Amino acid sequence: MNAPLLSLRGISKSYGQIHANQAIDLDVAAQSIHAILGENGAGKSTLMKLIYGVEQPDEGTVVWQGQPLRLASPAEARRKGIGMVFQHFSLFETLTVLENIRLVVPGRKAELAQRIKTLGQEFGLEVDPLAHVHALSVGERQRVEIIRCLMTNPKLLILDEPTSVLPPQLVEKLFDTLRRLRDGGVSILLISHKLEEIRAICDQATILRSGRVTGDVDPREHDTHDLARMMIGRDMPAPISALPQSGGEKRLEIIGLDHKPDDPFAVSLSGITLEVRAGEILGIAGISGNGQSELAALISGETVLGRDQRDRIYMMGSDVGRLDAAARRQRGFAFVPEDRLGRGAVPEMSLVLNGLLTAHPLGLLRHGLVDRKRAMAFTRDCIRQYDVRTPGPDAEAGTLSGGNLQKFIVGREIMLSPKLLFVAQPTWGVDIGAASAVRSRLVALRNEGMAILVISEELEELFELCDAIQVLHHGTLSPRLVTRDTKPEEIGRYMIGAQSLTGEEHA
Amino acid sequence: MSFASGSLLPTMVRRERASLAATVLAPVLALLVALILNLSLYRLMGRDPVAIVYAMLLEPFMSWASFSEVLLKAGPLLLIAQGLAIGFRAKVFNIGAEGQFILGAIFASAIPVYFPQATGQWIWPAMLLFGAIGGALWASITAFWRVRLNANEILVSLMLSLVAAQLLNYLLLGPWKDPNGFNFPQSVMFQYDAMVPTLIAGTRLNVSFLITLVLSLAAFVFMQKSFSGYKLQVGGLAPRAAGYAGFKQGSAIWLSLLIGGFAAGLAGAAEVAGPIGQLQRSISSGYGYAAIIVAYLGGLHPIGIVVSALVMAVIYIGGDNAMVSANLPIAAVRVFQGSLLLGYLIAIAFVRYRLEWPKTAPKAADRSPS
Amino acid sequence: MNAIEFILAGMLAAATPFLLAALGELVVERAGVLNLGVEGLMALGAVLAFIVVYQGGGHFLGFVAAGLGSAALSLIFAFVTLGFRANQVAAGLAIGILGQGLSALFGKSYESLTVKALPRLAVPGLSDLPVVGGLFVQDIVVWISLVATLAIWAMFAYSKLGLVLRAVGENPKAAHAIGYSVITVRVLAIAFGGAMAGFAGAYAAVIYTPLWADGMIAGRGWIAIALVVFGTWLTGRIFLGACLFGAVSLMGLAAQATGLDVPSQLLSSLPYLVTIIVLGIISADRRLLKLNGVASLGEPFER
Repeated sequence: MNAPLLSLRGISKSYGQIHANQAIDLDVAAQSIHAILGENGAGKSTLMKLIYGVEQPDEGTVVWQGQPLRLASPAEARRKGIGMVFQHFSLFETLTVLENIRLVVPGRKAELAQRIKTLGQEFGLEVDPLAHVHALSVGERQRVEIIRCLMTNPKLLILDEPTSVLPPQLVEKLFDTLRRLRDGGVSILLISHKLEEIRAICDQATILRSGRVTGDVDPREHDTHDLARMMIGRDMPAPISALPQSGGEKRLEIIGLDHKPDDPFAVSLSGITLEVRAGEILGIAGISGNGQSELAALISGETVLGRDQRDRIYMMGSDVGRLDAAARRQRGFAFVPEDRLGRGAVPEMSLVLNGLLTAHPLGLLRHGLVDRKRAMAFTRDCIRQYDVRTPGPDAEAGTLSGGNLQKFIVGREIMLSPKLLFVAQPTWGVDIGAASAVRSRLVALRNEGMAILVISEELEELFELCDAIQVLHHGTLSPRLVTRDTKPEEIGRYMIGAQSLTGEEHA
Repeated sequence: MSFASGSLLPTMVRRERASLAATVLAPVLALLVALILNLSLYRLMGRDPVAIVYAMLLEPFMSWASFSEVLLKAGPLLLIAQGLAIGFRAKVFNIGAEGQFILGAIFASAIPVYFPQATGQWIWPAMLLFGAIGGALWASITAFWRVRLNANEILVSLMLSLVAAQLLNYLLLGPWKDPNGFNFPQSVMFQYDAMVPTLIAGTRLNVSFLITLVLSLAAFVFMQKSFSGYKLQVGGLAPRAAGYAGFKQGSAIWLSLLIGGFAAGLAGAAEVAGPIGQLQRSISSGYGYAAIIVAYLGGLHPIGIVVSALVMAVIYIGGDNAMVSANLPIAAVRVFQGSLLLGYLIAIAFVRYRLEWPKTAPKAADRSPS
Repeated sequence: MNAIEFILAGMLAAATPFLLAALGELVVERAGVLNLGVEGLMALGAVLAFIVVYQGGGHFLGFVAAGLGSAALSLIFAFVTLGFRANQVAAGLAIGILGQGLSALFGKSYESLTVKALPRLAVPGLSDLPVVGGLFVQDIVVWISLVATLAIWAMFAYSKLGLVLRAVGENPKAAHAIGYSVITVRVLAIAFGGAMAGFAGAYAAVIYTPLWADGMIAGRGWIAIALVVFGTWLTGRIFLGACLFGAVSLMGLAAQATGLDVPSQLLSSLPYLVTIIVLGIISADRRLLKLNGVASLGEPFER
């Protein structure tokens, strides 16, 4: 084997007490697709930031094309031939595609526009150079990011969880692009936590767990069990089984809801129709950015409908479209939002005060004053019952890991014993242990008769949890698809709008 | 190269939890730094720093009479700052307390100006109440503009302060001018019953200081113990969390501004019905702006504000002393206030962050690859 | 000369302090920073320029001193907000109070003194036009300000510098990730804004009303900040807004000249009242503000 293109030895990086990377060794061969595999919090993103010069390692050496390398900035990385596509894209919404590219690539505007088109045709990354980024779909934005990298002629392209924003069909297309790039002489470093994908496309995989390397293998020679064991130290938790149940009463019903948000960059919704009954879980699938956050805010009451919109949203049988979030909660609604810090919890406040946020009606107040003893007791209960790892109820929410904070928020909302529970992106940024704990809790609640609505990007998750799935695409919702009669490919077609959404609706 | 990783400058690293020591030390440190900087400035101006320190920081404590003046000065600062701090914690930046103070003074003065012969013990309480309402009404314009029209409350409340100053001028030069006042821009002297009773004989300290202390206690209970105060704080720290929990943003803005206006208006009323005894152009001497500094310096905490109001009052009284004894221009007080707030804003960073000096470049990095 | 001719002739000169300060603040805000200290920065620039001109240094040196002095003060703001991630609102207020204090301190012995203003330069031909002729007789600084307005407009419309400023203001994290130093860009923007506020103050003190009085800025710094909102962060609209305020501040004089019986305090309040009203009208269009606004405005940057 030839000398590696990139070689890391003993790389470590700490943030305060947290050791994000410890003594990492990594070799990326020329002309290869190399995976960095690990679950959330394993240190993948930190490692990529070190390689791309966003951050500098505390210790260790990097050798690039036979030469020692120390990067002070991403600009320097690009000059050396390293490009990166971020998971949460580093694009500017108010600028056009061309302007976004000009920020990174020198050259005249007309020339750049021409190169964007040529590269797009060559690698299957078509995009209009003059479009504003806020008008693009998530998939198109990813293409812009990749083109922007390719225009600096990289030898190594880093992609951070690139498939998490794509429906199955487009994942195949992306992989095709990546193979073409590899054959054209570019090495790819692919960050992922999806075992099947890595087996499908990668030549080599380095596995991380808690900031350390736990394996360096050819993924095609190992099955998913082996990879999972290297990744989380044990087998993947088995999916939970749901009891068959007949539908209970309607707890949430949305009828033909149209909504045009105030925010010019937000997605308009049209003709949203759905219902959730007691004892069932309905899932909403779709790529983020297709109206999920707008729909979530309309259901939670963070966005209130206008005076002219009556009889659109029903909860527990009454019209709640004009009621605010607090009033909907009084009717037995609870909600776990997709962003935990700053919405589901106040980062600078203690867990006790964060418990108060929505659980105050559980007798935590007396004469308008906070009953500290009871609030404390509630928080302790929540921490114990939901296995939240924290120094104690006085810890600030911002210091908890993603998984633990999610367990706390889910716990808090469940302890309200709602009739209708709405969970958006239950396992975003959550480690596998916490994710499976959250999922099994949701199924148990369904079995007890709670009505549950889940929004998620992860199809596997929805198939594991839901009785039925509807797909959100460009602000419209597909008809209800019963999970056990539906194949993932069918959902995938709705996700890219290949299946007519409104045409098939049987009212 | 060994220093390739950027610079020699230290970086700010977030602490695991807020540092209580830094919270308490920050104002002290800010005071020291501001003192050193300003004394150097006075030295450059050819003044004697020792004399100034004596006049500014020691003289106010030398006699009961001058200390009672400090308390008198602390009253309005304390009252306004308590009101403002509630808003600031909700991230409602009412910086128009000056105008609300002036309106409070005007509203309160309306009673003795229109009923100069009236007598009875009801007059001064009615004036205080009127003043508080006047301040709240003036602030409600800002609240309406912010909630209904989405306008920035900083700019609106400030503009309203400038308008209030013109309104005061208009009244004093026109309809409310004392006909026997030798054409000075001031109202009639108020009658005896329009004056807040003094607390201690021989000083100008009056009952409004007690009211201020009681309201400070109320502010403490409201912000630190009550659910309404908690809701305001959530709105300030994480507005989207407040929306998520269903705490209304509009009510938070109204409540913040009304409380701020009420307190500032009350302070304005207490000033004309207290030490001044008539409506004048110079009723405020910048209390509304100084109170912003008092609020921050007190960590936006009701107890901290009691201390910082006293400190600021000492600077005011001491500045007056220094003006007389050390020939220090009165503008020096404003310079001191500004640098004090800047010093505090730097020091307060260490509550949430600590400095981390760059580690010497990794030894391994300079070794050639094996 | 009737009121309209009077206003047209004086409008641009009256608008210049607003315009210069607002253009500076525009650049600062585009980079994602809210500097509320403009009033103090203008006051400091005003007193420095006045002292230099009074001492015989000449107008050019006066403007240089004002620009440097106010830029230096604004760098303290940058140090506190970018270095220590302090609340930008509080830091801006502190700079404002400090600047006004320094201005009063330095200007104490110059109270009520006057300096000579600059001669006006006429555009041949155009200045002889009826009614609008007065528009074309202006001092050199007004002409330079007009060129500066065009330059800033072109920077945002065409140059890469403008693109970088907008990128840093919209999404500092992403700008950092693609390799721009957010802190450097913001420090430079703040210093530029400080210098512009200094020039604005200098113009007010040594050309527009060449007489020193404490508090002479009289809220113009705050109106300049409001102008950036009125102009929805667009150079052309900010220019129009500045002209409007130039005209409004002359209306008082025009009204008194025509013998209208209005209290002078009401006329003095006019710019403030107009600010409040226009702010309400523009801000009510939430969509517009969101569309043109700066996404990260006022938020400390932490990578």
